[in-house]
Amino acid sequence: MTEPSFEKIAGPGAAMANSKGLMPDREAALVRRRYRAEARFKALGVAAIVCAISMLFLLVGSIISTGWSAFYQYEIALDIKFDKAEIDLTNPRNANYGGLVKSALSAQFPEVSGRTNKRTLYGLVSSGADYQAMEVVLDDPSVVGNTRRVWVLASDDIDSLLKGFIDRSLPEADRRVKNKELVWIDRLKTDGRVRWSMNTVFWKSGDSREPELAGFWGAIVGSFFTLLVTLALSFPVGVLAAVYLEEFAPKNRWTDFIEVNINNLAAVPSIVFGLLGLAVFLNFFGLPRSAPLVGGIVLSLMTLPTIIIASRAALKAVPPSIREAALGVGASKHQVVTHHVLPLAMPGILTGTIIGMAQALGETAPLLMIGMVAFIVNVPGGVTDPSTVMPVQIYLWADSPERAFVARTSAGIMALLGFLILMNALAVILRKRFERRW
Amino acid sequence: MADGERFNMVAAEAKVLVRDLNVYYGDKQALFDIELDIGKHQVTSLIGPSGCGKSTFLRCLNRMNDVIDGCRMEGSIKVDGDEVLDASIDPVQLRRRVGMVFQKPNPFPKSIYDNIAYGPRIHGLVSNQDELDELVQSSLERAALWDEVKDRLHQPGTGLSGGQQQRLCIARAIAVRPDVILMDEPCSALDPIATARVEELIEELKKAYSIVIVTHSMQQAARISQRTAFFHLGLLVEVGVTEQIFTAPRDERTQGYITGRFG
Amino acid sequence: MQTSNDHIVRSFNNDLNDLSAKIGKMGGQAEAILQDSIQALVRRDADLALRAVEADRRVDALDAEIEAAVVRMLALRQPMAIDLRVIISALKIAQALERIADHAKNGAKRAIIINRAPPMEQVRSIVRLSEVARDMLRGVLDAYANGDANSAVKIRDRDEDLDLLYEGYFRECLTYMMEDSRSITACTHLLFIAKNIERIGDHCTGIAENVYYAVTGDRLGPARPKSDQLLGDK
Repeated sequence: MTEPSFEKIAGPGAAMANSKGLMPDREAALVRRRYRAEARFKALGVAAIVCAISMLFLLVGSIISTGWSAFYQYEIALDIKFDKAEIDLTNPRNANYGGLVKSALSAQFPEVSGRTNKRTLYGLVSSGADYQAMEVVLDDPSVVGNTRRVWVLASDDIDSLLKGFIDRSLPEADRRVKNKELVWIDRLKTDGRVRWSMNTVFWKSGDSREPELAGFWGAIVGSFFTLLVTLALSFPVGVLAAVYLEEFAPKNRWTDFIEVNINNLAAVPSIVFGLLGLAVFLNFFGLPRSAPLVGGIVLSLMTLPTIIIASRAALKAVPPSIREAALGVGASKHQVVTHHVLPLAMPGILTGTIIGMAQALGETAPLLMIGMVAFIVNVPGGVTDPSTVMPVQIYLWADSPERAFVARTSAGIMALLGFLILMNALAVILRKRFERRW
Repeated sequence: MADGERFNMVAAEAKVLVRDLNVYYGDKQALFDIELDIGKHQVTSLIGPSGCGKSTFLRCLNRMNDVIDGCRMEGSIKVDGDEVLDASIDPVQLRRRVGMVFQKPNPFPKSIYDNIAYGPRIHGLVSNQDELDELVQSSLERAALWDEVKDRLHQPGTGLSGGQQQRLCIARAIAVRPDVILMDEPCSALDPIATARVEELIEELKKAYSIVIVTHSMQQAARISQRTAFFHLGLLVEVGVTEQIFTAPRDERTQGYITGRFG
Repeated sequence: MQTSNDHIVRSFNNDLNDLSAKIGKMGGQAEAILQDSIQALVRRDADLALRAVEADRRVDALDAEIEAAVVRMLALRQPMAIDLRVIISALKIAQALERIADHAKNGAKRAIIINRAPPMEQVRSIVRLSEVARDMLRGVLDAYANGDANSAVKIRDRDEDLDLLYEGYFRECLTYMMEDSRSITACTHLLFIAKNIERIGDHCTGIAENVYYAVTGDRLGPARPKSDQLLGDK
């Protein structure tokens, strides 16, 4: 080509215009081929993105479609007579609230007789109704001696029925809800004694054998304590290790060796850390089983390499000119690091830490090994209380046979994903907010 | 012409005396037997092709080479009679006395004020806020930057133009009241107008400081320095009054370099 | 002038070579004018004299060219060290050559006038004078072309010979004019020619000094021989 071409750079329009005049045919064909190849390449990329996004939608969509129903619950109104004889006001917790609920149900359906029928009738409401009745008394002791309408939770089968998951047209034998129950429920409905409300139990209580009473709060608090321990251990250790390796350590065979090992540690399967935790922390040191303390220690072992690697990358990204500038005005090495390098690397370090924490938040395997998989009803109050964590809770629910746990499982996954998204968003915000341009 | 005038080693009282300086990076020797005096209240420019050791030499003067692994310095560098290479000299104290300005303007990503105030703060040069304010102002004034930035002292220094950033770095260097200022190609990233401003500033600063400047622009060396030293392959080939170096260099290698004849 | 031709920027080499070629050409022309003006006097050839006068214009044009080239190179190349010295001395040498050509042209003009008078014996001696001047000019141009500082110094020393010759010629003419007052006009013109030639020698000395400076970077000391006894002092 004799004309060193502006057109070549300028774009298809210019190139095409030129192909009529100055450009030989062969070259024009080449240009066309180049543009075709570029278009193909772009199309492949778009296809990949579409593929990935549709997968994500499928996943999230299926979770939401199964899980959304766990966020509301049906309640049944009972006129409970808080009998003075039954309730000792000096010790209201000891009363037989189950009996009160049962008599309220019997009063509602006086025609029901026989032990089996009665038991079925009592099964309309959740076993947690006793506690709801007790709560009423504890809130307002003046209720004793009066009758009050109380909304109690429906049992899981009735809840499923009301949510439309049980097909009434099936033969009675194939249904979990019998015909007589249908009749009762329909009567309650026409009486206006059935309503739905937001599921607060899910956000307030711990695990339970009864799906309608099973909550995620225990797992959330357990995860919080576990991550607190993880952060408290891995962040300072990781950042200090990274600072030493990056800023102070001499470059020799030892530091190379350490570096290789840290990188390898990041690739170790997490279950191995769990085994280590079991052997060392539980069996050797005798730390409490199922406790966030041990879980946090194990997870911090797992997160450490991530934090160290991310922190080193962040430290490395601080331009050497800043270090030189600080040294040049007579700052000591320590001042250079603490006054300039660390603050500048902090957004990167925090981002790495949050990502490590998010990983830890979603980790199940090592926690199974140290007993955090136990069935724990109580919401933990500290790092040594037995507890479970969100992913393990999901795993437990997924394992449960009751129909209503399917929705709980998906709801739990949604909650977990919500926390992960929150953490990642925090990482993005930190990066955007504190990013420096040099 | 008499040799005394021709090989004018020291045109003024010497501020820095360098004798038999050898520098090694690991096994590689970077500087060979350097012998050079830096005149007081003078600009001394160091010229030479890339990799000739002029930057290495510059960084010996405030021991910035200390941070490089495997760098070893032998010989003697005396600043006002104090031996720089002595182990008992604290490099941090030394760097307060021998300030440095770098090739790329590198203000801290902080406010203009904090950029200047940082050095005095860590060295405890001021005892209260008023003194610090005064020192910041006088440093900026000396760097001929005060009028341009006085209304935005608390905006980030990185928001200034390249030339202003470099003058900010100079102001930062003089804020710790050094005796000697080292400049490593301070204008290589600047446009001609910004370069002229910095050169004018250097002209002004030499009244109070001894300045050593590494430059790739021979015109710049010719414009601003009183003495010029030519480095080649780790050797100090020739040093002399700038005018002599640029009109009638003694050494073939100097001549070849400054006339653009290097093979 | 011969400088080592190994500039990284090749066009700079070309510029420098052009410059010294122009100086060489100018020197050759100045020498030819000197030669022609003396020949015009000796052979009483008015045409030759007119041609010499004409040739001086070309020297002036070359001088202007060299000046323009020097200004251009200073502005565009920012020469240093030997390049700077070569370019600056080219400017000064061109000026000197222009003056030399002027002096020679002046001689040619006077030759036309002298040739209207009857032939005179004194013309012979002026040839000797001019030959010394021509040798000096030639020598100094060679020194320039070869970048030879030593021969430049030697040329400068020859100016003394020329000055002595001029003094002798001055006395000769004076005696002649006293003997024969009719020859005063011609003799005066001849004296002017001789003075011009002596000035040419001075300019050659200047060129030699510039060559020396361009090559070595040193100024030649003030040890310039001067035995100007005509002025009576010293």
